[in-house]
Amino acid sequence: MEAESRRSWGRNVGIVCGCLLLASCREGVLDPHGPVGQLERVILGDATAIMLAVVIPVIVLTLAFAWWFRAGNKRASYRPEWEYAGRIELIIWAIPALVVLFLGGIAWIGSHDLDPPKPLESAASPLEVEVVSLDWRWLFIYPRQGVATVNYLVVPTGVPVHFRLTSTSVMNSFFIPQLGSQIYTMAGMTTQLNLRADKPGSYSGLSAQFSGPGFSDMRFTLRAESAEGFSTWIAQTRERGGVLDSASFAELVRPTRASGELTYGSVRDDPFETVAAGHLATHWSPKEAL
Amino acid sequence: MWGRLSWGAIPFDQPIVMGTCATIGVVLLSLFILITAKRGWPYLWREWITSVDHKRIGVMYMILGLVMLVRGFSDAIMMRTQLALAAGHAQGYLPPEHYDQIFSAHGTIMIFFVAMPFVIGLMNFVLPLQLGVRDVAFPVLNSVSFWLTAAGVLLVNLSLFVGEFARTGWLAYPPLSELAYSPGVGVDYYLWSLQLSGLGTLLSGINLATTILKLRAPGMGYSRMPVFCWTALASNMLIVAAFPVLTATFAMLLLDRYCGFHFFTNDLGGNPMMYVNLIWIWGHPEVYILILPAFGVFSEVVATFSGKPLFGYRSMVLATMVICGLSFMVWLHHFFTMGAGADVNAFFGVMTMIIAVPTGVKVFNWLFTLYAGRVQFTAPIYWTIGFIVTFVIGGMTGVLMAIPPADFVLHNSLFLVAHFHNVAIGGVVFGAMAGYTYWFPKAFGFKLHERLGKAVFWCWFVGFYLAFMPLYALGLMGATRRMQHYPDTHWQPLMLVALAGAVVILLGIGLTAVQLAVSIRQRHANRDRTGDPWNARTLEWSIPSPPPAWNFTHIPSVERIDAYWHMKEEGVARRALAVSFVDLHLPRNTPVGFFVAFFVVILGFALIWRIYWLAAVGLVGAVTVALVQSWRTDREIRVPAEAVAAFERAHAAPVPHDAPGGELNALEAADDRSRVRVASGARS
Repeated sequence: MEAESRRSWGRNVGIVCGCLLLASCREGVLDPHGPVGQLERVILGDATAIMLAVVIPVIVLTLAFAWWFRAGNKRASYRPEWEYAGRIELIIWAIPALVVLFLGGIAWIGSHDLDPPKPLESAASPLEVEVVSLDWRWLFIYPRQGVATVNYLVVPTGVPVHFRLTSTSVMNSFFIPQLGSQIYTMAGMTTQLNLRADKPGSYSGLSAQFSGPGFSDMRFTLRAESAEGFSTWIAQTRERGGVLDSASFAELVRPTRASGELTYGSVRDDPFETVAAGHLATHWSPKEAL
Repeated sequence: MWGRLSWGAIPFDQPIVMGTCATIGVVLLSLFILITAKRGWPYLWREWITSVDHKRIGVMYMILGLVMLVRGFSDAIMMRTQLALAAGHAQGYLPPEHYDQIFSAHGTIMIFFVAMPFVIGLMNFVLPLQLGVRDVAFPVLNSVSFWLTAAGVLLVNLSLFVGEFARTGWLAYPPLSELAYSPGVGVDYYLWSLQLSGLGTLLSGINLATTILKLRAPGMGYSRMPVFCWTALASNMLIVAAFPVLTATFAMLLLDRYCGFHFFTNDLGGNPMMYVNLIWIWGHPEVYILILPAFGVFSEVVATFSGKPLFGYRSMVLATMVICGLSFMVWLHHFFTMGAGADVNAFFGVMTMIIAVPTGVKVFNWLFTLYAGRVQFTAPIYWTIGFIVTFVIGGMTGVLMAIPPADFVLHNSLFLVAHFHNVAIGGVVFGAMAGYTYWFPKAFGFKLHERLGKAVFWCWFVGFYLAFMPLYALGLMGATRRMQHYPDTHWQPLMLVALAGAVVILLGIGLTAVQLAVSIRQRHANRDRTGDPWNARTLEWSIPSPPPAWNFTHIPSVERIDAYWHMKEEGVARRALAVSFVDLHLPRNTPVGFFVAFFVVILGFALIWRIYWLAAVGLVGAVTVALVQSWRTDREIRVPAEAVAAFERAHAAPVPHDAPGGELNALEAADDRSRVRVASGARS
């Protein structure tokens, strides 16, 4: 009876897992809209399939062995001295080793193909975007276009985006689940990431590394638009005015929770380089740290 | 005079905290009154607080772990409730400044003050018994280790009422944990309590490793040690190697915070990522420090209840030691997203997967131990089968995240949270519960209530799946860890399922208490008079339950693996009355551990609040106590031969034990003589 209830539980758990997986396919990392995320989803799927080929039989065998060799089963054999079989030993070392051989290959190749600083193959030259994680918002600077935004960014579809990232204070992780890889932002250091959005749309981004009291609201939106839409947006942004310079940047650096979107039509004093070179030592007052 | 301490440190304005304080106060006060009314203090002092008996210390570790499980779980259920509420525009009932403390405390407590005490407690209790020796290598040090751990526990709990706890996550990454971003005392509470308990853990690791290496019964070569001893050896060697790294890392962060150093600051040449590397050089071995002894428990349980030797003993030992070695080569997989480069990431990814090979071998070995066995479906075997089923899933998701590009989208997500709970609950907690149920009769002389034990298992098993399978899905949907609220309202149903799972686990924890109470009430019915209630294989079952203070009246001579099983097979009378008994010498109880802990709590508390004169008092006090102990000459008590003989006569089993493969319970056959409390009598 216990095994029966175990079976029915197994079935229920299976159904629940299935529903959960279906639910999770509609968004997030299982619904990628760019080449990086797509490759990563393939890796997730392949690796899971390879492992399930061993894991499912192991689970079934565990339950089957335990059930068949239960103390009350008169038909089951009992070998109280059986403790070694060379062939089985060989096989049980070989099975996980083979699986790991496969997966190790995937890991090695995948690490190199999807290394965050590696440029994406594309005819179009990449859009440069500099990312600064502030407390607790995101600053995006377009060095070639000379504009900057806070908590949102606009990119053209089909064009690779080359991000250079740093942080003014604590560590964060820059992550847009539907586009793929995340990367840390660290003060005084620069990391790089290459992503591409293939379809127009809004993709939510967030910090994936806990960074203090305002962390949960540290969200942003990436809007992917057509090439024309992107040029129009740049032109409009320049016209709207607003200057990101040392003075306005000093204000941005102070901790702020749940802040909205901002736009700057021009950028001066190269704030990214100032931050990335570590020339900006910030601290929080006890009140800001709350 | 009082450093940073003032009345403002007590959070009078926070009803949740004050309510908790009041509840804990009432519980402690009623315990105090109860013990005083029953005149229990002299007994507690003599038999427990000052005890240097490894069995008593092991039991105290387990109690400590259980109490802290309640604390850590309260944090868990508060977090789950918060996340079940805080969807869309809702902010829930816990503001970030409180919520951030709760998840930091939850992780810290569950790893350092629940899992570690469980594992160290089991090892403490079981190792000398399995090795066939009278105590650990350094019994007084053992008591000091325990009380240092208890000192850490006290400080962590004090942070609830006086001041605050860290809001940095359980590993306190800088620069967030530096003074510039965490100016309060929370991180100091974290650092000092872990420094103290970490010292206790290191001493305990040295003690137990020495015990295994130097104090085995005659004839027990390494190739005849029970597998639990092997896994414990690996675990303690890892403690000895890894905990100094933790202590040094924390020391550097303390220097940053107290003396203006710049090891891990953003400016003046500090490098926060150095901390992240160092903490994981401790942190990954820590994972194996916890899981290896659990593997050992399952190995003992599966062999005992299958009525067979463990399949592939040599494979198992080899796998254990391979895991032990490799565990130091994988730390970087905790931060592939740092941007270390493709070669570095790939190397650490592949090394991580290689660990899955010996782990997989272990699973297959347990599988083939069940094969052709005669499996008795007792509560420990439930935990074991539940573990295998659950752990392979957790292992799979772990290997998945060992692939760097997969980790790039799963890192720090709720998928990760689900993964490590999958292995921590499915592995360490299930292992601790299996070990608790399995060795309980050895410790107390009666078995735990079987059906309630199974109910506890089902609660944890079902509760785990309900609580954490949704988190896997949420992680894939882009939900990250440590968020206090989230904008996507369609995540809420899954969060509610997770909360329901936590409630089911809560039921399991409650039933554990019920099981203990019922078992104590029915102890006469479940009495283990044979010393071997499970028809088991290793030496701890060859002596009465509970064992006398000296464990083995006659130190056994070991000729093969599964020594006791073969003794039974060869019909060696289990407790044949020897013709002569000699006086035995045991280490005398000492309050040194308790007093050292008393002073280091003062030291830690004073340092946290920067009351430096008081810190000096604490330090001088602790050192003085240790020195006084060092010059003590009267270190042993003598157990007279007559007392030993009397104990043996009282416990001599008139009926030879069942042949291997016989009935599980030989209770009816056992005689009904009253027990003589020689163990405690001889000590006073």
